Amino acid sequence: MTTVPLRIVRETDRGVRIPLAATVPTVESEAQLRALLASLSGVDAVGAEARAARLATRSIKKSTKLAAINLAISMVDLTTLEGADTPGRVSSLCTKAMRPDPRDASVPHAAAVCVYPDLVAHARAVLADSPVKVASVATAFPSGRASLHVKLLDVTEAVAAGADEIDMVIDRGAFLSGRIGQVFDEIVAVREVCGAAHLKVILETGELVTYDNVRRASWIAMLGGADFIKTSTGKAAVSATGSTALVMLEAVRDFAEQTGRVVGVKVAGGIRTTKDAIRYLVLVNETVGATWLSPDYFRFGASSLLNDLLMQRLKQHRGAYVRPDEFSGD
Amino acid sequence: MRTFAPTNSVETDMTDRQLANSELGFLEYDPAPESASIAQLRPNYGLFVDGVFTDPGSHEQFTSINPANEEIVATVAQASAQDVDRAVTAARRAYDKVWSKTTGAERAKYLFRIARLIQERARELAVVETLDNGKPIRESRDVDVPLAAAHFFYYAGWADKLEHAGFGADPRSLGVAGQIIPWNFPLLMAAWKLAPALAAGNTCVLKPAETTPLSALILAEILQQAELPPGVVNIVTGDGSTGSALVDNPGVDKIAFTGSTEVGRSLQQRVATSQKRLTLELGGKGANIVFDDAPIDEVIEGIIDGIFFNQGHVCCAGSRLLVQETIADEVLRRLVRRVEQLRVGDPLDKNTDVGAINSAAQLARIRELSDVGEREGATRYTSSCALPVKGYWFAPTIFADVAQSHRIARDEIFGPVLSVLTFRTPEEAVAKANNTNYGLACGVWSEKGSRTLWVAQRLRAGVIWANTYNRFDPTSPFGGMRESGFGREGGRHGLEAYLNV
Repeated sequence: MTTVPLRIVRETDRGVRIPLAATVPTVESEAQLRALLASLSGVDAVGAEARAARLATRSIKKSTKLAAINLAISMVDLTTLEGADTPGRVSSLCTKAMRPDPRDASVPHAAAVCVYPDLVAHARAVLADSPVKVASVATAFPSGRASLHVKLLDVTEAVAAGADEIDMVIDRGAFLSGRIGQVFDEIVAVREVCGAAHLKVILETGELVTYDNVRRASWIAMLGGADFIKTSTGKAAVSATGSTALVMLEAVRDFAEQTGRVVGVKVAGGIRTTKDAIRYLVLVNETVGATWLSPDYFRFGASSLLNDLLMQRLKQHRGAYVRPDEFSGD
Repeated sequence: MRTFAPTNSVETDMTDRQLANSELGFLEYDPAPESASIAQLRPNYGLFVDGVFTDPGSHEQFTSINPANEEIVATVAQASAQDVDRAVTAARRAYDKVWSKTTGAERAKYLFRIARLIQERARELAVVETLDNGKPIRESRDVDVPLAAAHFFYYAGWADKLEHAGFGADPRSLGVAGQIIPWNFPLLMAAWKLAPALAAGNTCVLKPAETTPLSALILAEILQQAELPPGVVNIVTGDGSTGSALVDNPGVDKIAFTGSTEVGRSLQQRVATSQKRLTLELGGKGANIVFDDAPIDEVIEGIIDGIFFNQGHVCCAGSRLLVQETIADEVLRRLVRRVEQLRVGDPLDKNTDVGAINSAAQLARIRELSDVGEREGATRYTSSCALPVKGYWFAPTIFADVAQSHRIARDEIFGPVLSVLTFRTPEEAVAKANNTNYGLACGVWSEKGSRTLWVAQRLRAGVIWANTYNRFDPTSPFGGMRESGFGREGGRHGLEAYLNV
């Protein structure tokens, strides 16, 4: 009888393996893209929701909680996407993003300010050379129902006005009617006119409905050159949920392992509390690991979340809650 | 078609960039322990006979320890044959004078009360269960205790509807039921046994496992709170000799046993010469069958739930993974990564995934069989997690390259050890799954419903899960075939074991 030495898990078996060099497959035809998507494993809805629900029961306390709050603050894309947006409102948002708590310099700045294209120039002027990025929604946000020409013009103007990041929407109509080549082509075209700007591709998961669709759309976006895939516009009935975020995180993990390219994930819509934010960070932590626990690869699209994070942060330091009015409204 | 070419796509050096920080678990969680003081345990407990806690005739006691740190949790009474007889006599008296004359609606009222009281004292029960058993608080809080309450709620509903259960117009109760339960789900198994027995109109003498008697004794307090008539449920703690005394007691009409196949076999021999009825829920070596079209992320979670839930101390655990050869490497790679991520440690910590092994004896058995697995030539992957110094611990382990003839593919390990085997065709999967003496549970993973049904029809097991594993519900019957026992618990079928049909 031969004795086989105990094989403790090798270092490379432990985490997400990201190959050094990028080898993203080149998509040459819709048929090829279709075959690639067909080769992806399906998602079992019951299982995915159970997994997300279980991770939501993690209990994050003490120094972990403080670290998570600080990390979450640095991941916020402070957003205003209203018809009533004005330069004044954008200015105050920018000020808030650069210095969320003016009394405490140890509070990190937000990741970005997210506005409509026509307000990009203003935001850029206010933020000047601060590390806070200017993100702009574009491509006929939120419906995406415009011609490619109009969408590209939208992006070009936003980039020209100084946007560092472009949040585009995919054509859900084309996706749902099976024209995935068109969805892909649009992303590639937008990617080109983005130039140096980072591209976030909004899947609007609430309109794609099934997890299988979310996984396929994630891959189309990543193959098309997305730097981030983003859950929602915040304008649909259903926005980010733990289980859709889980499915998207699994997609970026598998994509990174296969291609060497690390794509970020942005969750947006309805994330208002620190508890919500920490649940997403736990999902990131236990699905893709530390590489993604950085504003470079994970973002929250939110407006009211930031103040709740600041409030909980102060509570962690002081041991007692402070009044909401301790912090500026926007 | 327009294409996107990544900026650095020329290099094809596939050296792994295993960055130090790309390991999972960067965000280390601070301990988030549930307070042990919530348990409010008394230092010692007597036997629960005729509605009150009484000292055993012999005054013999034994200790129940916390397997996570080997500290004494409480001292409990060792019931002798005389004590068991006293409990059976009390149960008989309660049956003759009270319970057999109580209407179904009235019995339901008590069962509803017990269910509500379990819910009210859920946190306390969860902590007691974790202290005594070593299972993570997440599981006792989210599974054991809520399911125990659910069983009482469910059978409360049946108590006044027995004539509609499909066992005749007026099914009668059996009398006194002797119930022996294992240490893996102490409270839940008590609920599985007591709820249908009481709903059907029987009185009970329950014998909890030697290493985990405490939650049943808290349940005894709940029965007092619920003002259940004295003697309807009696709880006698002790070792194997107490169980033997219960099985051999002539006043018992029915024996229900959950535990090892070895003990179950001897029980059947001893009961064979009596009028006693018997149901057995014994061991298993569940096959979790994964086809190559299965949803892989959920498959991994399902395999993990199947074998590492409750440290693998589950009779229906999916301890044999049968994976289609085409995806075996990919599944194993993902599985190993996922196992590394399991948080092993203090069972009272709310973030713990895998707790302590229940006893030194069980730990010894798990170690022995794992050593056999290595000697037999299987490839062993053991989580590199740090284990506490005190207490009984075993790191989650996977054996790959396991052959059907290996002992780790045949013997029930009853611990966090998974054996991975492969198959080529559905026929082979079924043949391998059925090639066992057991027949308790199997899982089938496929996106193709017709194949799932084809396989399920051919599996010889009492429970088949499709695209999930280790899911329990009071409405669903549970039980085995062959050496996994006979009789069903749960659902309408669960009533049959306690009715004269």
